[in-house]
Amino acid sequence: MATANPTLPSAGPATGSRSFLSKLREGDEIARLITFLFATSVVLITILLVYELWINSALARQKFGLHFFVTQVWDPVLDEYGALPFIFGTLMTSSIALLIAVPLGIGASIFLAELAPARISDTLQFFIDLLAAVPSVIYGLLGVFIVVPLMRTVIFPALNKPFGYLPIFKGPSYGVGFFTAGIVLAIMVIPYIISVSREVLLSVPRDQREAALALGSTRWESTWKVVVPFAKTGIMGSIFLALARALGETMAVTMVIGNTPIISASLFSPGDTIASVIANQFTEATGDLYLQSLVALGLVLFLLTFILNGLARLLIVLTTQKGSEVTNR
Amino acid sequence: MSARLRWRKFLSNFMLTLTGICAFVSVAVLFFILGYLVFNGGTSVNWAFFTQLPKPVGEVGGGMANAIVGSAKLLLAASLLGVPIGFFGGIYLAEFSGATVASVVRYAADLLNGVPSIVIGIFAYSMVVLPFKHFSTLAGAFALGLMMIPITLRSTEEFLGAVPRMLREGAMALGASKWKTITSVVVPAAYRGILTAILLALARVAGETAPLLFTAFGNRFWSQGWGQPTASLPVMIFTYAVSPYEDWHRQAWAAGLVLLGLILIINILARTILSRGIAAPRS
Amino acid sequence: MQASPNQGLSVNITAGASATKESAAPLPMRMTISKLNFFYGSKQILFDINMGIADKRVTSLIGPSGCGKSTLLRILNRMHETVANSRLSGEILLDQQNILAQDVTALRRRVGMVFQRPNPFPKSIFDNVAYGPKINGAKTPIAEVVEQSLRHAALWEEVKDQLHKSAYDLSGGQQQRLCIARALAVEPEVLLLDEPCSALDPISTAKIEELLVELKNLTTIAIVTHNMQQAARVSDFTAFVLTGQMIEFHPTPQLFTTPSDPRTEAYITGRFG
Repeated sequence: MATANPTLPSAGPATGSRSFLSKLREGDEIARLITFLFATSVVLITILLVYELWINSALARQKFGLHFFVTQVWDPVLDEYGALPFIFGTLMTSSIALLIAVPLGIGASIFLAELAPARISDTLQFFIDLLAAVPSVIYGLLGVFIVVPLMRTVIFPALNKPFGYLPIFKGPSYGVGFFTAGIVLAIMVIPYIISVSREVLLSVPRDQREAALALGSTRWESTWKVVVPFAKTGIMGSIFLALARALGETMAVTMVIGNTPIISASLFSPGDTIASVIANQFTEATGDLYLQSLVALGLVLFLLTFILNGLARLLIVLTTQKGSEVTNR
Repeated sequence: MSARLRWRKFLSNFMLTLTGICAFVSVAVLFFILGYLVFNGGTSVNWAFFTQLPKPVGEVGGGMANAIVGSAKLLLAASLLGVPIGFFGGIYLAEFSGATVASVVRYAADLLNGVPSIVIGIFAYSMVVLPFKHFSTLAGAFALGLMMIPITLRSTEEFLGAVPRMLREGAMALGASKWKTITSVVVPAAYRGILTAILLALARVAGETAPLLFTAFGNRFWSQGWGQPTASLPVMIFTYAVSPYEDWHRQAWAAGLVLLGLILIINILARTILSRGIAAPRS
Repeated sequence: MQASPNQGLSVNITAGASATKESAAPLPMRMTISKLNFFYGSKQILFDINMGIADKRVTSLIGPSGCGKSTLLRILNRMHETVANSRLSGEILLDQQNILAQDVTALRRRVGMVFQRPNPFPKSIFDNVAYGPKINGAKTPIAEVVEQSLRHAALWEEVKDQLHKSAYDLSGGQQQRLCIARALAVEPEVLLLDEPCSALDPISTAKIEELLVELKNLTTIAIVTHNMQQAARVSDFTAFVLTGQMIEFHPTPQLFTTPSDPRTEAYITGRFG
């Protein structure tokens, strides 16, 4: 690199220039080493995290084994712990959240990617990004003081009076519960669905849409039957991402779910999720088995989000690849 | 026009209008949240809120001075952990590393980024609270710092990578060592993006509650030094909101307004810095 | 009478190549373009275009890159409306009706388009061709329409056993023929092709050129090409466009052997472009 350049003082005696260059290189070597250490510390931290989760849940894993996943009992007095109510609660609230957020989110992303002029699309996306920045505890605050009373006074009577015989609409309702948590979660994950889906839709090659229009499609037909299917994998990725977020969501859910480890078919039943039981009981856990069972729950949560995030990333990468493949033929 | 075509056009307009409504509703939520916070919290944000300590349980009045200071301390310490690791690690990825090491580090960072914050809290508990046998500001800062690493790392790498080769080659052709090139040319060229990333990382962890529940825990009084449990804004909001006291609810709204206001301002600031600066890769 | 570019609406073009007047009956025009000016923002792209697309014939638009020939083509099925900020003045008639006054969705079924790069949908071969008939409500069974269209596009024999495979499994040339089949499936009155062979290898190009000559019995064809030899081989009429102006519009043999404008001659002899 340096020898051909006339501005470098390379013309000195052999030993002098070598030591100058080696001094240069040494500085670089130290920098390389130090930055390397910082970079690998990230890997070490991650490995350490998994390790700590593993060994600090040892008691629970040894005592309960895989039964942990199917045991319904969570009793600190008897020192018996099972994850089922929390897995149920987590899945229940996340499903409700997705059922609400996916149609809304995809609809909004279609509007932003296909219909809105670029400036409006960017401005609205800016606001949606701000929504994603609102902390969980603030959503919880609004959940407690707005959604819970709304559920108790408006939504529950509206659904329970006519349909109360159906298991999913059975009362009573105190305002908290799966449905409330699902609604709050839905609001929290919509921004993720929108931003990823919008990007994915924007990356669909123009001539796909044009080909559809040129065959006499209406704008909706070209969007729904051609553009959206083209972006299908990426949109699925955004849903997985949203699901991963919903699973790990703690504070907002804790504040509105009722914190009772129940398995119930009713939307209005209070319940608990993995994240919220850890949040509520961790500091009160007396005894090693109790605490380690909570850590075991944390490990379960970690694994779930790990798998989902991995799938999400894979799907999103696959779509953007497809888009560039097609245009480069 | 045939009946079928008329129906298709109607359907098209109807569905597209629906999507517009979806977008509108989604954005409206943001303004609804802000409006509600301002309405409920605006009147409660007063001088006492910023300067007084919480009053004993059940008594009306008091403030969150200790929580504000506690949050500030937590964020400061968290940055001291998260920013250097992210920044220097990012430099390594962008400037020195080979492909395999880079992908391993990136993977680890993405993994860390996806870990639910409550699980990070468990990790911080086992690393910092257990050995010292009590809750502390340090433990809380550790948890928050960990959460800052992935954002800072990936952004540093991206923005450094976006600096044109010509700038680097220009410096090196003048005899600058690699490190000198990095510090005097590359980093300054990318500083906007990196600064933005740090601000966004701060904004993100400023609102985090879950990891603090069993690390920094909470405190009704001032927290001395770094080894004591400390109050923080997010945890106060949580505690007060789920309590049965009206006055605490009022204070929770006020705290919510202050916290969200701060976070939004940092976000908007960060994004403005970015958009005014050199073209950056879209994240 | 010879067609003369800037002379307004009534353009009579004879099928014969000779210069004598009144020697042949005028050909019906499927589409006529009169006094067309097109703007993108404040920039004018097309200047006072007048021409016709003869029924059941192939008309080609040639000219150097950026001269506006693709823009002109895209106006014929109002695809220019997908871009904001564009406006035009003038009249474009399809069967004597102004296309700008009609419903655009209905128009695009009658005037189809094949694009520069093959752009099949992420669906099976069958579903690609069936897309048009399905949304428009076909009266004949879809399977028949698909087979017929694939035959017209000279692709049926190659894909008849793999109709349910993904369109992306086909080669570039096959994909483009698939796009032609897809466009033909809605039975358009006019088929527009925008440099359909520019992304293809010579063999595929030859196949498609053969196809076009056959297809004009089925539908009127307008093709933009930057390849003069291609225009000479396949088209009956050629229009030479230069910087947004229609310089010359004549039967192909005449334009290539005895061009009436020196600029046309310069272009076809390769002095520029």
